[in-house]
Amino acid sequence: MDVRFINPFISSIKAVFRTMVNTEVTVGKPYVHNESAATADVSGVIGFSGDASGCVVLSFPKEVACKAASAFAGIDIDEAHPDFADAVGELANMIAGNAKKDFAGMSVSISLPSVIVGKEHVVSQSRLCPRLIIPCETGLGMFQVEVAMIVEKCQTGMARVPVVAAAE
Amino acid sequence: MKILLVDDSRTIRNIQKNVLAQLGHTDVAEAADGVEALAKLGQDRPDLVLVDWNMPNMDGITLVRKIRENDTALPLVMVTTEAEKSRVIEAIKAGVNNYVVKPFTAETLAEKIEQTMSKAAAAAVT
Repeated sequence: MDVRFINPFISSIKAVFRTMVNTEVTVGKPYVHNESAATADVSGVIGFSGDASGCVVLSFPKEVACKAASAFAGIDIDEAHPDFADAVGELANMIAGNAKKDFAGMSVSISLPSVIVGKEHVVSQSRLCPRLIIPCETGLGMFQVEVAMIVEKCQTGMARVPVVAAAE
Repeated sequence: MKILLVDDSRTIRNIQKNVLAQLGHTDVAEAADGVEALAKLGQDRPDLVLVDWNMPNMDGITLVRKIRENDTALPLVMVTTEAEKSRVIEAIKAGVNNYVVKPFTAETLAEKIEQTMSKAAAAAVT
């Protein structure tokens, strides 16, 4: 398994939750997204562009999102709180930004976060790009991080390789 | 000491305000992007600016360059998810005095702020 692109996300998820949410994360075995993949109530989305393109989606059940946002912000936050989406988006931003520093030999930019709130939604991709799901377990509950990324260019000469293909 | 926080995330600004309050700094202004920050800087010059990189309307690196066109002494600390060495170098070349990578602990942010202010005070004496 080529872990060049998945390990940075796993390290980043753990670091962001340990440092900013005061919560340890146990990461399960990543798997390729399929039709029966779990839905989410809250998702923070960050796009990638440059030498790699795609996105990372941080998805929570509502209760877990509220607990994580509250622990992050240091105040009680429910889904109606004006800072709820901001907190989820910033967590996604930190995970994406922290992961991309470990993409050796690549120059990658990240977008501003978007946050989707809606019971049992699915985040669809508009371009053909395999998606890998990283299941995460914490004392706050379960959540998942979905990575859909295509390498456009890197110094090792690998071009337009879907992350999942590289990981299999 | 007056401090301007520039970050599009209100959650991050609140976390930063809590750290600053622990350090005894409560005179804090906020801006959600570079454009808003420039407007506030024009009204009242702070003693320190914490600035995010990725923001709408005007990003942090552009804001730093614009500040440095007119003010070479104002202490600037970049607080960002941009952690690659190339980005740190770019920010230093643009004129930041210190750099904090998100995620950060309260201790790290406090240390970098105090370090920046100490150096600024020493530079002002010489």
